[in-house]
Amino acid sequence: MDLMPFIIDGLLIGFVYGIAAMGLTLIWGVMNVINLSHGPIIALGMFGVYFAFVNLGVHPYIGVLLMGVLGLILGMVIYVIAIHRVINAPHLSTLLATFAVNMIIIGLGTTAFSTSPRNVDFSLGSLEVGSINVQGTRLVAALVAILVTGGLYYFLYRTTLGKYVRAVTNNREAAELMGIPSAQILALSFGLGTMLAGIAGGLIATFFPFTILSGGTYELKSFVIGVLGGVGNPLGALIGGIILGTFEGVVPYYISTSWVPVLEFALFVIILLIRPRGLFGVKK
Amino acid sequence: MKPLLKLLTLVVCAAFLFGAFGTAVAQKERTVVIGFTASQTGKYNVESTRQINGLNLWLEQVNEAGGITLSDGTVLKFDTVFYDDESSTDRVQELYTRLVTEDEADFLISPYSSGLTDASAIIAEQYGKVMITAGAASDSTYQKGFTLVYQTYTPASRYLTGAIDLLASLHDSATKIAIVHENDKFSTDVANALNEYAESLGYEIVLFEGYDSGTADFAPFINKIQDAAPDAIMGGGHFQDGSTFARQLFEKGVDAKFVALLVAPPEPSFAELGEAALGIVGPSQWEPLALLDEAAAEAAGLPFYGPSSQEFTEAYQAAYDEEPSYHAAGGYLAGLLLQKAIEDADSIDTEKIAEALDNIDMMTFFGQIKFDTSEDSHGLQIGHTMMYVQWQGSADDLEKAIVFPPEAATAETLYQGE
Repeated sequence: MDLMPFIIDGLLIGFVYGIAAMGLTLIWGVMNVINLSHGPIIALGMFGVYFAFVNLGVHPYIGVLLMGVLGLILGMVIYVIAIHRVINAPHLSTLLATFAVNMIIIGLGTTAFSTSPRNVDFSLGSLEVGSINVQGTRLVAALVAILVTGGLYYFLYRTTLGKYVRAVTNNREAAELMGIPSAQILALSFGLGTMLAGIAGGLIATFFPFTILSGGTYELKSFVIGVLGGVGNPLGALIGGIILGTFEGVVPYYISTSWVPVLEFALFVIILLIRPRGLFGVKK
Repeated sequence: MKPLLKLLTLVVCAAFLFGAFGTAVAQKERTVVIGFTASQTGKYNVESTRQINGLNLWLEQVNEAGGITLSDGTVLKFDTVFYDDESSTDRVQELYTRLVTEDEADFLISPYSSGLTDASAIIAEQYGKVMITAGAASDSTYQKGFTLVYQTYTPASRYLTGAIDLLASLHDSATKIAIVHENDKFSTDVANALNEYAESLGYEIVLFEGYDSGTADFAPFINKIQDAAPDAIMGGGHFQDGSTFARQLFEKGVDAKFVALLVAPPEPSFAELGEAALGIVGPSQWEPLALLDEAAAEAAGLPFYGPSSQEFTEAYQAAYDEEPSYHAAGGYLAGLLLQKAIEDADSIDTEKIAEALDNIDMMTFFGQIKFDTSEDSHGLQIGHTMMYVQWQGSADDLEKAIVFPPEAATAETLYQGE
């Protein structure tokens, strides 16, 4: 059996996992908040692209861009309303706050869209090289993931705002003493995290069917990737995503596909035990 | 003269009283409550909605026709009570218990799908309510000793075996089959029966693997299929995963001569897949194209009951502005079977209805209906048989044709073999 198609499919989906995880790990790293509303925001990204495409005829990739912008705004709004007041409280408070947001989005989404599956009827055909056949939408999703990672790196390391974000990540009090408006930077960071979730959701919608509950799967994977790639490390998240995607692609080559989640979470536990800061995480 | 006048007055009064009483008897009306759950949300939404549409059509028709009049003059009218089960087994038992105890449902119709029905059938049996199952093909539901659960569909064990017969009838050199199926109860039952039957006919099963319900990424399975290079791919599960599977098979350019998937292909909305739907075969419990009427019943030597398939199709199209799928027909049939049983039993008493259902052997617009009355598989459908449809034409103009069995076929099978 040829292993290459398994690797390529897994690798490509891994890029999208990476983007989704990047959003989660950014928020986690900057503000020490585990964002449990990450999954539903991914699902909102899926629905956004779907409705823009079906009702307004907007090209899905323009839709993905829109979801990025809307995700940024939504995240900042969520931060101001639900997170800001509890940001300095114990971890459990922020966990519960984001869990409440998660439940609100799922509740509203179920009422508005039901849990019936939707499908963006869009195809870019496929690229065939030897025995490998790659769906065009997956290939584009991987390219978008690389661009977004590059863009995020540029923002974090080449712009003043990005430097502020990193400063707040390293030491919020010191950053405040230097005159950095930490509340605004935290809101922006949360917005960046949800922007990435929206983009990931939009990309996933171009090749998989989804419901308002679909984001949960990617949220769980994001936790595994976050641990794998290291908290607060965007490139680590992308590489972690690629590793997880490839792992998911390759496991079925050897054994039944049903084993994938078992091995995936076994990997999660093993990394937590032997290298809790992740493969690419920095020792704090 | 006076005694005569008294007698006349007495007779007139008696006649008036009797008449009034008699009218009261003739006008006694009873509303029969039919309880069920519908998957208004969740993955069974498409199939369940059609099933309920079918049932509601029957209900409207029977009520509009004045209901059912029993020999004691009672007129039975029908009403429904239902809840959204969210396509979740967890909700079903609680909701069916509520339907029986709080809503006082007289009869129950199953939810859509074998998994959900399995859970609800236990409640029907516990509370002594007759349940007609629509959209629940798994054999094992009827092999648990239930006595009040009756199946409308051809059981899962015979769902895809006909696809093997169809493949064999194409006189081809096809020998290798890949079976990829959903890991739920119904699809696993179908796949196991298919596997056994295919092997008994000498086919080689080159891949046999299940996928979790809700799977969206079929790439690992398709890679395995491509590597096993089968002549035919069979399996699937329900609408959502089945149509996603078909779409990804097409996008990955899988080169199989014959693809037969469960549940999804007969649904009219499967055509939205465009080119990916072309050539896909699916087992169907019923198709509007197949004419089943009194003449068909006569040819089969069976009594006919209810509307003809053409009448049902026209009524459904008029009511819902869409072509009925077999799920819609199954819902209608569930109501029709209750109607027939009530008429035969001349009562709504559970025992008498069960006896009437046990004795049914008739032709309907849906095909032959007869239930197994043995202790081992009571209620299992043994009269009805499947037909196989295939999407033909071009990507822009897809048409569903019946390709098997030959006596019902409306077109030749599109086949990529030699």
